[in-house]
Amino acid sequence: MSAVTLQDIVKRFGSFTAVHRTTLEIPEGAFVTLLGPSGCGKTTNLRMIAGLLDPSEGEILIGGKRVNDVPIHKRNLGLVFQNYALFPHKTVAENVAFGLKYRDVPKSEIPAKVQDALELVQLPNVGDRYPKELSGGQQQRIALARAIVIEPDVLLLDEPLSALDANLREDMRVELKRIQERIGVTTVFVTHDQSEALAMSDLIVVMSEGRVEQVGKPEEVYNTPASEFVANFLGASNITEAQCIEHGASVVVEDATFGKVTVPAAKAPNLTGTGKAKLVVRAEKLLLARDAAPEGVISVPATVETVDYQGQAVRYFVRVGEAQLQAINMIDERPFAAGDAVNLHLRPQDCAALPG
Amino acid sequence: MGWQAIRIWTVLVYGFMFLPVAVVVLLSFNANQFGSFPMTGMSLRWFEELWNNDAVMRAFRTSIVLGLMTAVISTTLGILASLALVRYKIPGRNTITTLLIAPILVPEVVLAVALLLFLNWLGLGKSFALLLAGHVIFTLPFVILVVQARLVSIKRDVEEAALSLGASPVQTFFSVTLPLMLPAVAAGALFAFTISFDDITGTLFWKPGGVETVPTQIFSMLRNSISPEINALGTVMIVMTVGLPLLGAAVARKLAMKSGT
Repeated sequence: MSAVTLQDIVKRFGSFTAVHRTTLEIPEGAFVTLLGPSGCGKTTNLRMIAGLLDPSEGEILIGGKRVNDVPIHKRNLGLVFQNYALFPHKTVAENVAFGLKYRDVPKSEIPAKVQDALELVQLPNVGDRYPKELSGGQQQRIALARAIVIEPDVLLLDEPLSALDANLREDMRVELKRIQERIGVTTVFVTHDQSEALAMSDLIVVMSEGRVEQVGKPEEVYNTPASEFVANFLGASNITEAQCIEHGASVVVEDATFGKVTVPAAKAPNLTGTGKAKLVVRAEKLLLARDAAPEGVISVPATVETVDYQGQAVRYFVRVGEAQLQAINMIDERPFAAGDAVNLHLRPQDCAALPG
Repeated sequence: MGWQAIRIWTVLVYGFMFLPVAVVVLLSFNANQFGSFPMTGMSLRWFEELWNNDAVMRAFRTSIVLGLMTAVISTTLGILASLALVRYKIPGRNTITTLLIAPILVPEVVLAVALLLFLNWLGLGKSFALLLAGHVIFTLPFVILVVQARLVSIKRDVEEAALSLGASPVQTFFSVTLPLMLPAVAAGALFAFTISFDDITGTLFWKPGGVETVPTQIFSMLRNSISPEINALGTVMIVMTVGLPLLGAAVARKLAMKSGT
């Protein structure tokens, strides 16, 4: 059974539709990420699950029960905000204990529970401090402790890492995932950061302009994007106009740059037949090389136009005839320089195809 | 040279404003019946006479009761109005805000007469309740201005967090919103009290016969004679209306420092 179900949900603000008819199942115990650019409706969905917004149409079920008319404070959810939202006038321990006061927890058990939660977020010694005495990362851990100590049915995280600086963000990412796995709580995570989504999720829901573009495991949405939007939003992709010339046991797509490419049928699930199509080639799957390609690998001559050096990797913009493509390669010895003539190698099984 | 002139001018302006007040305070400690300089001796006899003057003490009690009631009612109404205006989408919100703030802008005499006429039209006589209502009307804007400003700066997130943790909207208000806006609430209440305590214009129109507040008591005492008692009374008034807000500000600062907001 799914922990949370959105059934034909629509949310309108006046004449603006923030969320178009959406149906979504969030499995019990899963870490599900709503991913998309700002204004895609991901936060609106989260706030509807939380009970902070009412859907204009449709039903929300938590644990199989319809909760449309259940106010937020009776939904038993853990909510973590981007800017922590700790109570500034209460100590850390009072913050964490806050939710327990409204539950049937005997007073004598509260301190132990608070301490357990603080230990879980690895801040056992800050109970008597005030939030402003803690760093941003620590405050967010406390906010997390406050949300999970009540043993919520669902944990809702609204861009909880966005306010932290880059290094801390990666640490917290690992930490958050560890805690979530440890307590096994169903988690809905909202972010615009694809690397967070890919690293943490069991399931990613890619959203754009109030619609769900694709739902899948991280490697599914990454390797087999269901739409041009998904291909572009997750990582860097080269998308070229192509023709599908064979659609059967194998799918053959032809474009002006790579010629005939045999795409695995599993990576063209939305392509229904021959005709107009799009070829999707991930930037990191295009390999620049001096020598000829081995058997079964497509090779096309290209010229390096721009070199964007990034440390362990380098991003090239290369020209093949009319088309400019981008390739992200690990650096092996010395990177290529602008103006170099190279061969572009591409394994057909790394390509995906979309309907034109 | 220009700065020097401005400096001197400033000192003169402040001197003009505060010297009379200083004279009143000084003379209240004068031992002599007649206020003249140099003073012939220091004494607290005028304060003592004040203490033994029944009319004055009655006025004091009236003023304090009136001030406290005004503060409580104004603050309660002000908090509720601010919550409604800041936290909820109310049609005509700006108009309502303007209307609530308007009593500051309307000359007090006009307000006083208007309320009296309104009462007449209703067929009601003057009463303590009317006096209280009048004071609430023109202290309310101050409370609303202060509390609203504070409420805007309290993030909705914090309240949403409390709700998500299981606190009902009312519990959220008392455990999160109210403590966070307490400094503003205290400031608003102090404003209301001191303004009410100080007021004479409106009070003269609204007070029922036989009821005197401290300012109206001074006013009527002045009509008979200039007794040194009035100086003492003035000094007490100054201490209350200047000292209370200062005290309040100190307490508020301490509270704010503790909660780190």
